[in-house]
Amino acid sequence: MKEYFALIFTGGKSLIIGMMITLRELFRPVVTVQYPREKLPISPNYRGHTILIRDDEKPEKHRCISCKMCERECPSSCIDLAGEKREGVKGMVLVRYQLDFTKCSLCGTCVEICPTDALDYSQEYRHVGFTREEFHYDLLAMVEEEK
Amino acid sequence: MTTMAEKGEHRYVLNMGPQHPSTHGVLRVILEMEGEYVMDPQPVLGYGHRMHEKMAECRSWPNFLPNAARMDYLAALIYNHGYVGVVERLAAIEATPRAEYIRVITSELNRLQSHLLWLGVLVLDLGAFTPIMYTFEDREKILDILEDVTGSRLTYCYMRVGGVVRDIDDKFIERTREYIKWQRSRMPMYDKLVTGNIIFRKRIEEIGEFTPDMARRYGLTGPVLRGTGIPYDIRRAEPYSVYPEFDFDIPTETTGDCMASYLVRVREIEQSLRIIEQALDKLPDGPFMAKVPKKLKLPAGDACYAVESPRGELVYHLTGDGSDTPYRMKIRVPSFSNLSLLPELCSGMLLSDLCACMGSLDLVIPEIDR
Repeated sequence: MKEYFALIFTGGKSLIIGMMITLRELFRPVVTVQYPREKLPISPNYRGHTILIRDDEKPEKHRCISCKMCERECPSSCIDLAGEKREGVKGMVLVRYQLDFTKCSLCGTCVEICPTDALDYSQEYRHVGFTREEFHYDLLAMVEEEK
Repeated sequence: MTTMAEKGEHRYVLNMGPQHPSTHGVLRVILEMEGEYVMDPQPVLGYGHRMHEKMAECRSWPNFLPNAARMDYLAALIYNHGYVGVVERLAAIEATPRAEYIRVITSELNRLQSHLLWLGVLVLDLGAFTPIMYTFEDREKILDILEDVTGSRLTYCYMRVGGVVRDIDDKFIERTREYIKWQRSRMPMYDKLVTGNIIFRKRIEEIGEFTPDMARRYGLTGPVLRGTGIPYDIRRAEPYSVYPEFDFDIPTETTGDCMASYLVRVREIEQSLRIIEQALDKLPDGPFMAKVPKKLKLPAGDACYAVESPRGELVYHLTGDGSDTPYRMKIRVPSFSNLSLLPELCSGMLLSDLCACMGSLDLVIPEIDR
């Protein structure tokens, strides 16, 4: 009998201690961020989908030489690129760079393998769309649009 | 037509899952019930099967790196560590000392966030909503630290054969130290809020008890096994990486019930903090990536590498045949063995206790199905 009441007493006390903690939390600063209205800063090291970056010396050009190393090494085979030979231009000219982001697992193999460091990660994390085709990114168009 | 009741049987079949909040994924459990008592629970697996082992045999070894993280989304870095470890062992490559330290620090941070999520979710399964909010606040700090160095928040692809992708900087060290201080100050709060709570204690004390003998029969590992009093931890039993250089304890309990595995995990949080602290103090300078041949072929032969995941022993067994594609890869995951205990453990138990049991086993279904 004594044990029974002791249990009720200690149990009740433990509940009150718990409630005191939640009460204290009520007066602490709010942790929740109201997402669409406020945004947290994204780390500069965040790895979004890949983008072609422009040359530091010649800002009008990207650095891709269409060697297809990234296409070959990609674990999810989500890169499709093509280059062509043009008269008067040394090397290959990139004509298509398609990234199928629905398949990409953001492993970073393409960025590491690239011999000319033409690829980098973007800071984009809000990917919304109604169709799959909206996630087939045309990186060449993106880098040209930036100009 | 004779009904089951006329035959003197009152049993009926209840289907729990594949979509059920307390199964933490797509696990289906067929429960044979008698009233509110579970007489025969049978787990049905395979809803999340993605043939990871077969995928390893079909592609070159570097292409499997992102897959490792997708098996157990809560311990992605530890799965990374196991995979690069087995390739390094087979190809006889040594990672640089600095890389090994970074691997240990990030792995332990990963273990902490897995334990914090488990703590919140176990209590959530039992009906208390508040603690998960607090654990998520702590967990968010770890995710921010890891995001800064690895670039992603959950399915990391950070480790490479011979080292890691990116070096850690002073900012990372400073933030991690701050985090350790913060987490230590939070633990007494969890003690009062969760461990001391009478309702919580009544729900998990003396529920789902099992003996060391039963644990051995089913091949249990991890905190569930340590809850029965066996101090078996891969970090001590079969040390890998630079773990022998750190001073940490292996918490054990003797009762083997849900409360025991709960207490073991909560104490492991403190041990992980200790490991990180020591690793940050001892962090050597030097390159974070060893020299690895560009076209590395796996030599013929096989290698085994075991790591301690938050849920138990994770073993990669890799067989190479001289090409860059593995001939066979076998992955031994802890949750699979831990789940196989369920039918014997939970027979004759109340349905609500089954949820507590499954919560304390800390199941991650994609890892079981892989």
